[in-house]
Amino acid sequence: MCGIVGLFLKDKALEPQLGALLTDMLITMTDRGPDSAGIAIYGAEDTSASKLTVQAEDPDASFDGLADKMAAALGGKVTLTRNDTHAVLQVPAGKADEARTALREIAPEVRAMSFGDTLEIYKEVGLPKDVAARFDIAKMSGTHGIGHTRMATESAVTTLGAHPFNTGSDQCLVHNGSLSNHNSLRRKLQREGIHIETQNDTEVGAAYLTWKMQNGATLGEALEASLEDLDGFFNFVVGTKDGFGVVRDPIACKPAVMAETDQYVAFGSEYRALVNLPGIETARVWEPEPATVYFWTHNQAPTPKKKAA
Amino acid sequence: MMQTYDLQANSLRDLNAALHAQANDTNQTSWEIVNPRGSHAVAVGLDAPIEVSVKGSTGYYTAGMNKQATVHVHGSAGPGVAENMMSGTVVIEGDASQYAGATGHGGLLVIKGNASSRCGISMKGIDIVVHGNVGHMSAFMAQSGNLVVCGDAGDALGDSIYEARLFVRGSVKSLGADCIEKEMRPEHIEILRDLLERAGSDAKPEEFKRYGSARQLYNFKVDNAY
Repeated sequence: MCGIVGLFLKDKALEPQLGALLTDMLITMTDRGPDSAGIAIYGAEDTSASKLTVQAEDPDASFDGLADKMAAALGGKVTLTRNDTHAVLQVPAGKADEARTALREIAPEVRAMSFGDTLEIYKEVGLPKDVAARFDIAKMSGTHGIGHTRMATESAVTTLGAHPFNTGSDQCLVHNGSLSNHNSLRRKLQREGIHIETQNDTEVGAAYLTWKMQNGATLGEALEASLEDLDGFFNFVVGTKDGFGVVRDPIACKPAVMAETDQYVAFGSEYRALVNLPGIETARVWEPEPATVYFWTHNQAPTPKKKAA
Repeated sequence: MMQTYDLQANSLRDLNAALHAQANDTNQTSWEIVNPRGSHAVAVGLDAPIEVSVKGSTGYYTAGMNKQATVHVHGSAGPGVAENMMSGTVVIEGDASQYAGATGHGGLLVIKGNASSRCGISMKGIDIVVHGNVGHMSAFMAQSGNLVVCGDAGDALGDSIYEARLFVRGSVKSLGADCIEKEMRPEHIEILRDLLERAGSDAKPEEFKRYGSARQLYNFKVDNAY
């Protein structure tokens, strides 16, 4: 199973409620997957700093002095804001990717959850209500966000097996389904020099998109290509700094419902996840088509793009 | 007298237990369910000539295994609506998600919006009328009954079909294995006229094409019989 929720706000007045709305949506999806949960939040942009969100098994020890070590490695001001097992490192603007690379040297036991300018990913093993509470997601504001609750099938129940996965700067991916060619694709991507940490199928899907985009594809093109190259079942919801996308495999056996009003675009694995959103009674509600890439950004009109199955 | 049941205030289990407790000669023939909020398994397993009106959208398996009852959803329904229905009527005012009417043995399922993939998969005698479109793999392995599509059908319509009749007014994106267009004879026009009328559609039977089994797959060859 697995449950996915996503919310892309058009109305700035709703931004302070983003975390609360997403938390409520995700908790409703708890019975689709009790193993681990995670949320990606796109917050306000600070043009003077970029962000690296990290996680540690032993945060007391691992986060102690980490900001200083990172500042020395990057050359510039670094601040660390701890949130339970996670911390957000504010690094000089444009240095988040460099910080992620540096982290492997200066604190190899600390895991990078996400990097970029506005994205923060929080994820842990446990139920959505517990994971959301330990990070106080409900208090977070932002422009858009994605949540996932996992029922593990292809790999172990761990923090690194939890979704969302970070696929590039300010990019993230959640998945409902199971990929059947992830082993061969993992070997291929590793030969191409792509770093893959776990035996998880979705991580391979995320790495695939990263690899495509490193080779010049836009996210939309990478998602279209995934319809050719990924075998198995998938509903993907992706986030970018400015946008929000949805794609379903051609078989489309995993459930998906979308709703759109003047205030937002929302995604849920089931309609239940959407029922508390403002104005849902009069929203346009529909099931996304198979093998079709949907994308919304704050700058452009929506562009559903049909791909031959 | 109308019985009203609020699913936000009371449990789904109690609702279904109350509906199951209705006998053939019940006086409580009219039920209204408010605040379904996408709940799963609303009004499943009914077996009494009662009318159930659901005011809002529902989740998985609405009105599954229905016998005798009329269930009317004033909203959209999630996956598996009227799955394995035996008799009675189920009407969805909005859209239905995947595998609507799957394995149904009898009764009438009406979807006033669109149905998504696998509508009528393995249908075994149910009649399904969709006012809008149906998605891919609809009527896969359909064995008996009628699927009427007033709009368009997606890919692989009627794949590996046995004896069900498929009527489509609009386009068919592609036909599945062993599914072919067939002649529309007067008796088919009559079946279709009756179904459209009962489903509240003003489409003309003459506007439809009929599809069915070419009977060329393995099971139809007598040499393959045990």
